[in-house]
Amino acid sequence: MAPVMQSSQPWVEKYRPKQVKDVAHQDEVVRVLTNTLETTSCPHMLFYGPPGTGKTTTALAIAHQLFGPELYKSRVLELNASDDRGINVVRTKIKDFAAVANALRRTMETYSKVTRFFFICNYISRIIEPLASRCAKFRFKPLSEEIMTSRILYICNEEGLNLDAEALSTLSSISQGDLRRAITYLQSAARLFGSSISSKDLISVSGVIPQEFVEALFAACKSGNFDLANKEVNNVIAEGYPVSQMFSQLFDVIVEADDLSDEQKARICRKLGEADKCLVDGADEYLQLLDVSGNTMRALCNMSEEFSY
Amino acid sequence: MLWVDKYRPKTLDQVLVHQDVAQNLKKLVTEQDCPHLLFYGPSGSGKKTLIMALLRQIFGSSAEKVKVENKTWKVDAGSRTIDLELTTLSSTNHVELNPSDAGFQDRYIVQEIIKEMAKNRPIDTKGKKGFKVLVLNEVDKLSREAQHSLRRTMEKYSAYCRLILCCNSSSKVSEAIRSRCLNVRINAPTEEQIVKVLEFIAKKERLQIPSGFAARIAEKSSRSLRRAILSFETCRVQQYPFTSNQIIPPMDWEEYIFEIASDIMKEQSPKRLYQVRHKLYELLVNCIPPEIILKRLLFELLKKLDAELKHEVCHWAAYYEHRMRLGQKAIFHLEAFVAKFMSIYKAFLIAAFG
Ligand SMILES: Nc1ncnc2c1ncn2[C@@H]1O[C@H](COP(=O)(O)OP(=O)(O)OP(=O)(O)O)[C@@H](O)[C@H]1O
Ligand SMILES: Nc1ncnc2c1ncn2[C@@H]1O[C@H](COP(=O)(O)OP(=O)(O)OP(=O)(O)O)[C@@H](O)[C@H]1O
Ligand SMILES: [Mg+2]
Ligand SMILES: [Mg+2]
Repeated sequence: MAPVMQSSQPWVEKYRPKQVKDVAHQDEVVRVLTNTLETTSCPHMLFYGPPGTGKTTTALAIAHQLFGPELYKSRVLELNASDDRGINVVRTKIKDFAAVANALRRTMETYSKVTRFFFICNYISRIIEPLASRCAKFRFKPLSEEIMTSRILYICNEEGLNLDAEALSTLSSISQGDLRRAITYLQSAARLFGSSISSKDLISVSGVIPQEFVEALFAACKSGNFDLANKEVNNVIAEGYPVSQMFSQLFDVIVEADDLSDEQKARICRKLGEADKCLVDGADEYLQLLDVSGNTMRALCNMSEEFSY
Repeated sequence: MLWVDKYRPKTLDQVLVHQDVAQNLKKLVTEQDCPHLLFYGPSGSGKKTLIMALLRQIFGSSAEKVKVENKTWKVDAGSRTIDLELTTLSSTNHVELNPSDAGFQDRYIVQEIIKEMAKNRPIDTKGKKGFKVLVLNEVDKLSREAQHSLRRTMEKYSAYCRLILCCNSSSKVSEAIRSRCLNVRINAPTEEQIVKVLEFIAKKERLQIPSGFAARIAEKSSRSLRRAILSFETCRVQQYPFTSNQIIPPMDWEEYIFEIASDIMKEQSPKRLYQVRHKLYELLVNCIPPEIILKRLLFELLKKLDAELKHEVCHWAAYYEHRMRLGQKAIFHLEAFVAKFMSIYKAFLIAAFG
């Protein structure tokens, strides 16, 4: 018989807080929610904020705390609005669910509430106003380095890992406020490099582009030699580095450069923004990076912004 | 069997390039709590090879006993039920598919299949439940909706079903999905590494290669290992024993684009544009992806242009490729690029030579 793999959860799931009070950093959210849970007058809620900041974790924890493990299954319905099957399904499912809840109410006098909605999204601006205005809104912020560090230290302790101060600060900074990413990097580094993990190990699992690639492209743009820049662009693509990542690292180099005028910086950054949007639309990575490099070269070498033909 | 398939390494210990990644993958799966994986890197760099070897590492040789099926799913799309047909490749422990083949219905497919896999979990003799692996190819071509709908599913079923995602361009995979995976970058092998693989194949096939010949093939491969192995085999068919200056034949479509580039450098007129349109159509009906056509055309043009024109032409190539993404008909945008090029180049010629 084929060997069967025993399953256990990746660390991100293993270390998902079960209680609202254990959700790190989102103090304001946690305070209001704990309050709500104590008084049990729970409004509809809308959670928004970037990935890996605790939205789903909090919603699940509230539901668990409200109902406990036994009732949870019958009283919580999880829907994925973007796999909607049209609004119809959402509607009928919720109706059925409300009916169940109604039936429950008759038998269990203590539960007087019918249905509460928790909405979760990344971008508040994409939620229609009538929906947003019916909810208590909670913003989940990217986690600060301190908070990340304390959660990571907790996990290191549980798993018997050893991170020095430099490694810890690297891990927080490369994860950019996304705790899920930090935990995944940590687990991968632990598997690859054993229990003593250095800053370099973390960078190598994170997919951050080594600074020399960014510098090489920047230098090629400075040189004014188009073919050289094209060669560097080809190299970045062949190495498989994500161009969106290249844009953000290039952006850091430009902003910090002290030998550039504000106008030069503005010209370069405007183009970076436009090209980033094109990537989101699905445009080709090579062509966008090449266009950005050409534009950067023209700005650095004080060539005209307008094309001549 | 083609050499690309015949000499595809079967295990993580046999790979000739990406040995470091292979050893790392081996360590990653020693425990059963491995996170979801996202493999990304250029075409022909060896992603698929590593994924197959990894499956073998996890499940043993049973991962190689695959069957190809044309499966139909009945999915409930709100008011109606739709039938979706898709080809899958599966063994007892894993399923592989190209969800983007389902077009804009792609989101239903990934949902359905993950739920189905979660239902049929393998059980071992001690009654312990295991996990299955779902390999999704070309995730960069998945619609936004499908990517969104994967998010919670990936978390919810993570104990039953591990995902291995594979794509060329990770910028096109949403941040939320990338955050849920360990990202594994597979870079294109260097020319030296490609030469090493070609020499290995030559040895197995008992072929003599003159010095410098393998290096020339590698140089023409744009660092794609698949491409290099394919053209090595073509050379073998065309002429053996090899000679060191033997021609390495370009692909037909590249030859064709080379002609288009010459055509539009020579004459800029509506008549020429019309002729070129036929050639572009010809390429499209032969399934050459439009962005590949555009990039290759740019590549040919750049070889011939003055430095000051290069900036401008690259800019418009990027511009029209982006428009092509947003639009429906690739031919319009390819043609628009050609027309734009003609007008720029003509203006340049007039300014230079009157
Ligand atoms: N504030 C937090 N406190 C503790 N752990 C957290 C926190 N935020 C994230 N995590 C960790 O990251 C994992 C993912 O978090 P969660 O699912 O809540 O993210 P999310 O905000 O819903 O992201 P997305 O927008 O991608 O769905 C959790 O399983 C947990 O391990
Ligand atoms: N590590 C390796 N060692 C030796 N040969 C390899 C290795 N990886 C790939 N190859 C060879 O290169 C060929 C192409 O690799 P593969 O199919 O894995 O590329 P890919 O990254 O999946 O490409 P695409 O993105 O175009 O699907 C294989 O058929 C195999 O012959
Ligand atoms: Mg979430
Ligand atoms: Mg492949």
